[in-house]
Formats: sequence, C-alpha cells, structure tokens
Amino acid sequence: MTDKNKIKILVVEDDPDMMEQMKIYLESEDYEVVSASTQKEAEPLIRPGNFKAAVLDLMMENPDSGFVLSHKIKKMDPSIPVVIVTSVTKETGFYFDKAHDPKTWIKADAIIHKELRFEQLKSELKRLMGAGERHA
Amino acid sequence: MPDPLPVHQLDVLIVDDEAGMRAGAERSLEGFSVPLPDFSETVTFAVRSASTGDEALAALKAKSPDILLLDYKLPDMTGIDVLAAAPGAGDFLTIMITAFASLEVAVTATKRGAFDFLAKPFTPEELRATISKAARSVYLQRKAKKLEDEKRQVRFEFISVLAHELKSPLAAVEGYMHLMKERLKGPELAAYDAMVDRSVTRIGGMRKLVMDLLDLTRLESGKKRRAIEQVDLVKTAGLILENIAALAEAKKVTVELKAPAQLLMTADPGEVDMVLSNLLTNAVKYNREGGRAVLELARQDGAVAIRCSDTGIGMTEQELAKLFGEFVRMKNEHTRNIDGSGLGLSILKKVVKLYGGDVKVQSKYGEGTSFELTLKDAPVPVATEAVH
Repeated sequence: MTDKNKIKILVVEDDPDMMEQMKIYLESEDYEVVSASTQKEAEPLIRPGNFKAAVLDLMMENPDSGFVLSHKIKKMDPSIPVVIVTSVTKETGFYFDKAHDPKTWIKADAIIHKELRFEQLKSELKRLMGAGERHA
Repeated sequence: MPDPLPVHQLDVLIVDDEAGMRAGAERSLEGFSVPLPDFSETVTFAVRSASTGDEALAALKAKSPDILLLDYKLPDMTGIDVLAAAPGAGDFLTIMITAFASLEVAVTATKRGAFDFLAKPFTPEELRATISKAARSVYLQRKAKKLEDEKRQVRFEFISVLAHELKSPLAAVEGYMHLMKERLKGPELAAYDAMVDRSVTRIGGMRKLVMDLLDLTRLESGKKRRAIEQVDLVKTAGLILENIAALAEAKKVTVELKAPAQLLMTADPGEVDMVLSNLLTNAVKYNREGGRAVLELARQDGAVAIRCSDTGIGMTEQELAKLFGEFVRMKNEHTRNIDGSGLGLSILKKVVKLYGGDVKVQSKYGEGTSFELTLKDAPVPVATEAVH
C-alpha cells in the first residue's frame, strides 16, 4: 500500500545487500522506495510522478547504466534530483576530475562513492530535495 | 609464391666523415630488404647521413633513428663521445664503424650500448649482413617491450577488478554492521537475523574468492609442487557430490553421475578436484529450481572425456563470448543472487591446459549449458630416487 504522504525515491542498485540497506535507511527516514535491480528493470519506472528523486548505482549490466538512467530521468524532468552511487573512480582510473566536471556531462546532481555513508546519502537527498522545493 | 609481407621502413643514420663511405653505404642499403617472417613484415631502410659529431647529434635530436651506423673517428669528436652525448640513448641500435678494431674501443663502445662492429673497409655484403642482424634485433627488442607493457596492463586491470570484487562484500557487511549498530530494526535481536545471514553469505563469497585467487596464483606461477599420481575421477566426483548436496537440495537440483565404476587417470588430485568441483558447482548454481545436472566421465581415445550439462539459465551468445575472462560474471536478473568469484572458469581453463586438453562450451539461453573437456594423462615424473 502506498502512503500518499511519503516522498518516493527510485533506487536502482544491482547488489541485493546494498539495495536492502538503502531501503532500510531511506524507509527509516520516512521515504518510500521504488526499487529496481537492473537498468532494464528501471527504465519502465521512469514515468512522470512516479518518484521525486533517484539514487542510481553506476555500473550494473552496463558499465554506464547509471548515466543512461540519469540522462533519461533528466530528460523527462530536469528538476528531479539524481544521485549516482559509484565505487568506480578510485579503482579504475575513471576519474571525475575538474577538467571533466561530471555535472556537465553526466547530468547527475551528486556523485557519491560506494561504501557510502548513509548519513551522506540522506543529507545529499535533503539538500537536493530542498533545492527543488525552493525552485518550485 | 606466398604473399609478400607488409613492408616496414627502418630509419638508418650513417655518421662518417668520408663522403665516399656515406654514399657507398647509402647505395648498399638502397632497395635492400630483409624479410622477417617471424614478425610478418619485410624491412627496408631509409638512410640519412651526417659527416661530423655535431651534425650527428643534431640529426639524433631531430629524430631518433632505428639504427645508427657510427664511425669511431670523426673530425670533431669520437663516436664514443657522440654516444655519450646522444639524446634518448638506448632507443636506437648502434653499429660502430672503426678502422682500427681495437679492443679498447670495442669495450668502451659496448659499455655505451653499441650493438655491433663493422671494421673498415667493409664490403656492401658485410654491411647488409650487419644491418640485417640489427634489424632483427630491433624487432625483437620492440616485441619484448610490447609484451612487457601488455603484461603490466593486464596485471593492473586484474588488480583493479580484484580490489573491486573484494570491496563489494566488505561494503555490504560493513553496511549491515552500521544498521545493527544504529538498531534501525528496533531492540529485538531476531529482527537482525536476515542481516546476519546475508553478512555470513557475503563473507563466504569473499573467502571463496581468496581461495580461488590462491589456486589461480599457484597455477600461474607454476611453483606449486604437483603431486602426480593415479587418481580415481569417479571417487573424486563422488566426494564433490557430497559437498554440494546441500546446495543442490536448496535449489532442488538433481545431480547425476554417469561414469564407470572406476576411472583412473594420472594427475594431480588437487587439480582434478578444481576442475570437477568448478563444473559441478556451476551446473547447480546456474540452474533453475527443480533442474538437472549431469556429469559424465569416460575414457575416450586414450584421454579422459568430461561432460557436464545442466538445465539451467543458459547464456546468450554475447555472454558466451566473454565467458572465460577473469572476474567475468554474467550480470542479469537470474544471476543476481548467485555468489561467485568470477575466477572459476579461468582456473578451469588453466588446469585443462596443463593436461594438454581443451574445453568446449555450448549454451542456449533459458535452456542450459554444457561443458565438454578432454584431459590427457599427465606424464609420470621421472623418479630420481626411490620413494619410501
């Protein structure tokens, strides 16, 4: 049963444990989680009004799944905050440096490293949602 | 006649103060070609020349040649001085030309990296023979360097992915620990059972990864002492079946062994175990609920034929093409909850190679996969002294 008063967040994550943990945390913060574990599963969920913010894992069935989803979400509604969660930068030399400012080409509002602290995710979401409300 | 090999031109710089020598050398190399079938190329030579040490240094600075033909006695300095002052020494191969083939010059020039000597006066044939040798050496050096670079790159990628594979379970367990610490599910211990179970599973996966990694490292280093003996594959398979019984039961997969009463093979028992347990574990793990896995063992044309087939989730052609890569795990909705190190098949392939065999895989998405292996008996090591 969906609670009309709860803010819905789309979480796309292919690690079942990370997904479970994000759910527990976000639900404890009174968000409602709309979940998908692959890019393919997530795509049909990108519909107007279906969620107010999105938290996306970067590498799923494709190495850029998170970017693709983010792009689609922003195309549908640029005001929806998107947080991309990744552990990519440190290990693979896939750096998001200043010269390639991710915000300009990735079209996400925040990039968080995996082993993410949930406090950080919560505060990013609060910050981004707050910003969205002010613009509204 | 075979197809002509593609032509590659090497840059040769001749440094000599005698104009006749320079012209003669240029003529000797004009139109001269060296076929290098090992490298699938034919080499020709483009010749530049310089008449003094200064000119030589300028020419070296402008463009590093592939081969340097260097006269020892130049008007302004010696050939050794040129080598000492040359930029990027070692990038080119040096042949010293000397009228007095003195031992001292030879020793010093060799220290400076000279590859060969040509004693004046030399015939065009002598020059061509020396240049051919040098060209071959240039190619060998480059090939060695390329291999070294590739090895470094492969190693870097391997370690990057390994780090990632080790971090994922750590992050998962760490996350659950934090949730428990914050008592996010309330004060009741039982509420955390699922988290504890998942943590144990992820740590188990990590342990498996570390064990597989050790197996792989041992196989690759070739340092592991192999204990070659008579192994009964049927007995080995039986033990593995016992080990995976719980896993098979949980997935309701029936596992069947089709084999003679005994099948002896000369092999290292540990290696045979790696092969059979990888095959069987995969056949159960990547199966559907209520599915079947069949392991067939037989002697065939002197070798051992192993066939392991399942009625599992199968693979698409694209997935099949990537299958034997290290840390390759098929990510799709069926495999999400299956733990694996992504190293099992790398190990399998390496072991099979040790036994001069090969692996064939057939798979149909949604229907199942079958692996066919042949293993030849390992040669019995020559006993240097009586055992016991």
